[in-house]
Amino acid sequence: MNPAVVMPSLDQVWAWLAEVPDPEIPVISITDLGIVREVRYDGDQLVVTVTPTYSGCPATEVIAAMIQEAMAAHGIANAKMETRLSPAWTTDWLTPEAKAKLHDYGIAPPVGLAANEQRIDISRLSRRVPDAPVVVCPRCASTNTEMLSQFGSTPCKSLYRCKSCREPFDYFKCH
Amino acid sequence: MSSARYEYLLRLGDNALILSQRLGEWCGKGPALEEDMALTNNALDLLGQARLWLSLAAEEAGDGADEDTLAYLRDDREFRNVLLVEQPNGSYADTLARQFLFDAWSSLVLRRLLASSDPAIAAIAEKAVKEVSYHLRRSSDLVVRLGDGTALSHAMLQGAIDKVWPYHHELFIGDAIDAEMVASGIGFDPEHLKDEWLAYVREVLNEATLKVPAAGGWMPKGGKQGLHSEHLSKLLAEMQTLQRSHPGASW
Repeated sequence: MNPAVVMPSLDQVWAWLAEVPDPEIPVISITDLGIVREVRYDGDQLVVTVTPTYSGCPATEVIAAMIQEAMAAHGIANAKMETRLSPAWTTDWLTPEAKAKLHDYGIAPPVGLAANEQRIDISRLSRRVPDAPVVVCPRCASTNTEMLSQFGSTPCKSLYRCKSCREPFDYFKCH
Repeated sequence: MSSARYEYLLRLGDNALILSQRLGEWCGKGPALEEDMALTNNALDLLGQARLWLSLAAEEAGDGADEDTLAYLRDDREFRNVLLVEQPNGSYADTLARQFLFDAWSSLVLRRLLASSDPAIAAIAEKAVKEVSYHLRRSSDLVVRLGDGTALSHAMLQGAIDKVWPYHHELFIGDAIDAEMVASGIGFDPEHLKDEWLAYVREVLNEATLKVPAAGGWMPKGGKQGLHSEHLSKLLAEMQTLQRSHPGASW
């Protein structure tokens, strides 16, 4: 351990992490997204614990590289990345600021809480599906919208269309 | 090396990997852009799950294997997926029928594994069950739409369900590995999933105005023990060709 090196405070590290954008939706940061679960020092090594959004999300590895790069830019050369699967990521962890930024970017933010949705059918398979949420068009604010596809341009989104302004848009799925 | 836990993890990982590869074959060929994207997103979720299971299997083996060597350097007889997932894509109805039967079963499997005494397995199940529940909602909705659709879509989907139906039996047949997993609290008895699976499948098929095939009949099995159809060999030939031809290639 080099005594000349001053380890930045964890608050400072969190502030730096808040500047790392999500590679696929760059208007929100990785802390907005709620995927950074813990920051700690293990001796003099910084350890950043991240949870993936979806198992196969190709951005996961890019995000890890971006975090290490950002830390290196602030003088922390050996940041270690850890992955934590449980508890599983949920859109309930999106900050209110993140939802506002998504909306302004043209992506409808998740409606309702995933935790409430899952209370319905976790014990057994049920054909009863929760009522489809009312998704507001991020362009014209109409509630007259319809789902075109359960999957959109990335695993975290589905594809909608506004029946008022006729524009298609992405909906960040409640997950 | 070949512990029961290793075999069990291979089964979980190979089911996800092989079905992911099958769905990936639709990329650029889906019947509509939205369907193309849905199938490949579905494949992506499964591929992510396969990586988690196979990484854990490699860790269990502890012989220098990793998720990539397990995916790319094993021969067909070393794969432990059920026969259902290696069945060819066929028509869109065939792909949907296979997916629907799998999603319903996989949802039940993952729900059981949430209670596994093995924390690493329970954590992967917790992650995957959310994704598979979403897949199941989609495949169930599509079965209803196409089953209760036009005369042609109804006939095609009924034909597809009838064709893939024999492969569901294997999902519920336990063996010595399953028994060992039950005894250690890691796994569950596959037979115990059958009633709930059948009740759900029946409910959706009824809603779709489709007939549940008669009980009994041909019961192909053996995938879990490494006895596969030639379909798997051809799938692997394509999936593994790069790593087999250029060992260690990366980009």
